[in-house]
Amino acid sequence: MSEWFENLKLQFDLNFIQKDRWQYLLTGLGNTLRITLFACLIGIALGTLIAIVRSTSDRVLPSMRKGLGRTLLNIVDKFCRVYLTVIRGTPVVIQLMICYYVIFSSSRNGVAIAAISFGLNSAAYVAEIVRSGIMSVDNGQFEAGRSLGFNYVQTMWLIVIPQAIKNVLPSLANEFIALLKETSVSGYVAVKDLTKGGDIIRGVTYSPFMPLIAVALIYLVMVMFFSWLVGKLERRLRNSDH
Amino acid sequence: MTTKTLIEVKGLEKHFGQGTVRALNGVDAEIKQGEKLVVIGPSGSGKSTFLRCLNRLEEPTGGHIFFDGVDITSKDCDINQMRRRMGMVFQQFNLFPHKTIMQNITLAPVHHKLMSKKEAEARAAELLKRVGLLEKANAYPSQLSGGQKQRIAIVRALAMNPEVMLFDEPTSALDPEMVGEVLQVMKDLAAEGMTMVVVTHEMGFAREVSDRVMFMDDGRIIEEGTPQQIFSNPQNQRTKDFLSKLL
Repeated sequence: MSEWFENLKLQFDLNFIQKDRWQYLLTGLGNTLRITLFACLIGIALGTLIAIVRSTSDRVLPSMRKGLGRTLLNIVDKFCRVYLTVIRGTPVVIQLMICYYVIFSSSRNGVAIAAISFGLNSAAYVAEIVRSGIMSVDNGQFEAGRSLGFNYVQTMWLIVIPQAIKNVLPSLANEFIALLKETSVSGYVAVKDLTKGGDIIRGVTYSPFMPLIAVALIYLVMVMFFSWLVGKLERRLRNSDH
Repeated sequence: MTTKTLIEVKGLEKHFGQGTVRALNGVDAEIKQGEKLVVIGPSGSGKSTFLRCLNRLEEPTGGHIFFDGVDITSKDCDINQMRRRMGMVFQQFNLFPHKTIMQNITLAPVHHKLMSKKEAEARAAELLKRVGLLEKANAYPSQLSGGQKQRIAIVRALAMNPEVMLFDEPTSALDPEMVGEVLQVMKDLAAEGMTMVVVTHEMGFAREVSDRVMFMDDGRIIEEGTPQQIFSNPQNQRTKDFLSKLL
């Protein structure tokens, strides 16, 4: 037993302490968080925008008068549909590599490209989640807003979106947990994220157990922390419907 | 009473589903300032559609609506500006569940910069006091009964100081014992001289408060007149049939 412990200590020393190898994990964690954070922001902003376009055209296109507004909305809506189909229909690793090797081939800032790439990917999923939230808000809310003289955007922003987001918070949290873990494929485009950091250690020490378990644990702790945070937020938002 | 015409409706038509359903078939009406018009009729008669066309929540298919001389069906009309002058009360209250009662009431006047936040809150408190719900200012809609919600909805519309109030079956979703409190608020409002258009099944209210009753069926005005004329001496057979089923 003590031999096993001794061995564990040696392994720990080899994988993390010697040559300050723990720094691979630390910088990796930093990059993972950076990518996730910015991807999250892009995802929410772009996703909400797409959701508004999609639900708007579902609601008003059939009854809209012919004219420039209708044509424009129709075109933007079609574009959004194609975007959703393509993004959700192809693997995120492929999208990441296309971004890195094709679209942004002149830039070698892997972290930024990964953040954009994951953000564009996440936006497609967020869009559908938020759209389902918008559709779950009773149409009477929308009419009440309009009857008070708010225009379409104001009604959406002040009345419909806050309720929609509240309704879909659990699904959104789920999406961002998935996003955090998905960033582990960033290594494909030479980004030194958390997963890549652990893998580098494994490569030089030839001892896979410690670094991989450590990486797994760090992801787990982050996800648990995030879930706890969302749970708290949900309870706060629920205050308005005792 | 002034005789200025506030709302004038000419040949109003509304079709749904590429003209297969004709909810309104050429409705002409005139509503004078200070007048209380009650619209009655069987379900599917187009009375709610008529009311909802007045502030274009329902987009008319044809015809014109003039509000204070302005054609609100025209393309150049800024409907959002016009709606600020028309209060609307819905059957399902439609209070904003994520906002407190006070925020529900002050949201529009403050956001439209008609009042400062302070002024709006003072005005809201005054209106809440009038309907006896001042102590609910910081509650959320889900904590209120149906009758209380509808009184708040009326206050929310009044907070914009509208020139006309549109009521779309305001008591139809209420438990019977709560109908009275809402009708009382509406009666008080009528007594103050507010112009009102009310779609309702409350014949007692129509008889007591309205200046004019309009009976609709099949998207047309079948008969209109003073409450006495309509309720005591209806001329049209359809009006008679409808009223005999109610009374």
